[in-house]
Amino acid sequence: MIKTREERTFQVVANIIMALFALAAVIPVILLLISSFTSNEALVRNGYSFIPVEWSLENYEYVFLSGNKIVNAYGISFFLTAIGTVIGTVITTSLGYAISRSDLPGVKVMTFLVFFTMLFNGGLVPTYMNYCNVFQVKNTFWGLLIPSLLMNAFNVMLVKSYFKTGVPDEILEAARIDGAGELRTFASIAVPMAKPIIATIAMFVGINYWNDWNNGYIYITSATNLYSIQNLLNRMQQNIQFLVQNNAGLTSANVGLSNIPTEGVRMSMAVLGVIPIVVIYPFIQNNFVKGITLGGVKG
Amino acid sequence: MKHTNALGIVPKRKKGWSAFKKYLPIYFLALPGLAYLFINNYMPLPGLVLAFKNFNVRDGIYGSPWIGLKNFEYLFQNDAGYITRNTILYNLAFIVINTVLAITVAILLSEMTGKFKKAYQSSILLPYLISSVIIAYLVYAFLGTDNGFVNNTIFPLIGKEPASWYTESGYWPYILIFVSAWKSVGYNCIIFLATIMGFDRAYYEAATIDGASKMQQIFRITIPMLKGTIIMLTLLAIGRIFYSDFGLFYQVPRNSGSLYNVTNTIDTYVYRGLLELGDIAMSSAAGVYQSIVGFVLILGANLAVRKLDPENALF
Repeated sequence: MIKTREERTFQVVANIIMALFALAAVIPVILLLISSFTSNEALVRNGYSFIPVEWSLENYEYVFLSGNKIVNAYGISFFLTAIGTVIGTVITTSLGYAISRSDLPGVKVMTFLVFFTMLFNGGLVPTYMNYCNVFQVKNTFWGLLIPSLLMNAFNVMLVKSYFKTGVPDEILEAARIDGAGELRTFASIAVPMAKPIIATIAMFVGINYWNDWNNGYIYITSATNLYSIQNLLNRMQQNIQFLVQNNAGLTSANVGLSNIPTEGVRMSMAVLGVIPIVVIYPFIQNNFVKGITLGGVKG
Repeated sequence: MKHTNALGIVPKRKKGWSAFKKYLPIYFLALPGLAYLFINNYMPLPGLVLAFKNFNVRDGIYGSPWIGLKNFEYLFQNDAGYITRNTILYNLAFIVINTVLAITVAILLSEMTGKFKKAYQSSILLPYLISSVIIAYLVYAFLGTDNGFVNNTIFPLIGKEPASWYTESGYWPYILIFVSAWKSVGYNCIIFLATIMGFDRAYYEAATIDGASKMQQIFRITIPMLKGTIIMLTLLAIGRIFYSDFGLFYQVPRNSGSLYNVTNTIDTYVYRGLLELGDIAMSSAAGVYQSIVGFVLILGANLAVRKLDPENALF
């Protein structure tokens, strides 16, 4: 195809506009990264800057050498994400498969029970009361794992429609005629055929767990050894906020601040909080885009 | 063993215990998920009665005395107005601005041929994957009063005095709208991009032969053909207009009290009532208000979608 003059102009303009969008998207992350490698003194004296006066590794040294709190929080985050992703994906896939079986007696009622949760929910207060009073999840690992994150109706519906359209009844039927039981058919025929959607769901669930701060904030009030990295970051920021609001200025609060990590250290911890996402991002991106497209308009 | 036949019709006499036994393994597969929904979504529902009670810890949820609509009266005389206004106006701004930006980006990406296409898309999607806590850190790096990038570098350059970002409520509508766009345009453009990719290229080829310019093709072919998707997504967003992104409104303004009048939405109000102020009456009343209006809006939006295009309706 011969490129017309207009086409070339369009490509140039489009590239410029998109470059600006892309830059705007990553610049804050770059500032965070640079400030984590800035010496704390320079950060306090000259402020956040893309060209720091003094580069330094001191923040990371502090994080890795003195912070067993941080290592612990990191461990909690990884453990939580791993367990949550496995359990969440398994129960989502199984339920999605069950309600994709239109021959199942009672499937309409089950589908409605799943679907209704997308339309109406009790909200925070009753949910909180239920988890705290009935299940006593406060300050336990369950409080991080179970509330709201483990499974949601939207993912179940995604899996269901994938099984309905992507795994033909004839194949399941053939497996049964060959003598495979229902569970066998599910595990060795249906699941392998639904790998793409299962990978997508696992990724959605995993990212939600890694990024979650809400459960920890609500349900982990005193057991700080259960803080995930997000909760630790959140807590540090709040402590500082508290000191700033209750004192004339930072200088008079220096005593209290001594056990709060410095500005630079906090930024390096925030970097550590996003790094796992950035590292797996190239591998999950295509799947992620596919998943969003699958969810389509309903997403 | 009897099975469903090749046409997928269940033989009629397969009922009762034998049918149940045949399907037992599938019920077993459904059980953990249904149990979870029961615990997470259905068990809390009776707790909605709290909104109609004068709650005290000693008597518990069910023992506390009924007070009818008193909590709601109080809520509507005081805070309901501004939290509803914030929730709805922000959502409307997000819907309009994020949709326009997402469509722009989707069209540019779809028309683009260069080698950077993939890099652009990767970059703009990245913010969507970052947690609200860390987004708040990023915003703080720019807006911190003492050493933020804006006050230290940008404002001196253009000769402005440093601003006290976290106490001046005037800035926040713009900041929140910006952060929302920053976070979600990469995500929102994906559906539009996929839709555009599905369009028949023959229209564009015919238009090119007829001498239509690129801009004409965009405005006469792409955008009109996107109309259905735009309407659908907008209706569904309107169905969720009573819900807000809690992380955005709670974390990004750093829970700063002097900003509440422009940052408090129904979600943050419910949260603060329950866990910071211990005002369970107001909190649960606002929660019920949100659940019920939210429910009606979702039903209404879905009804509208079903009228236009039954394929895309939720039910």
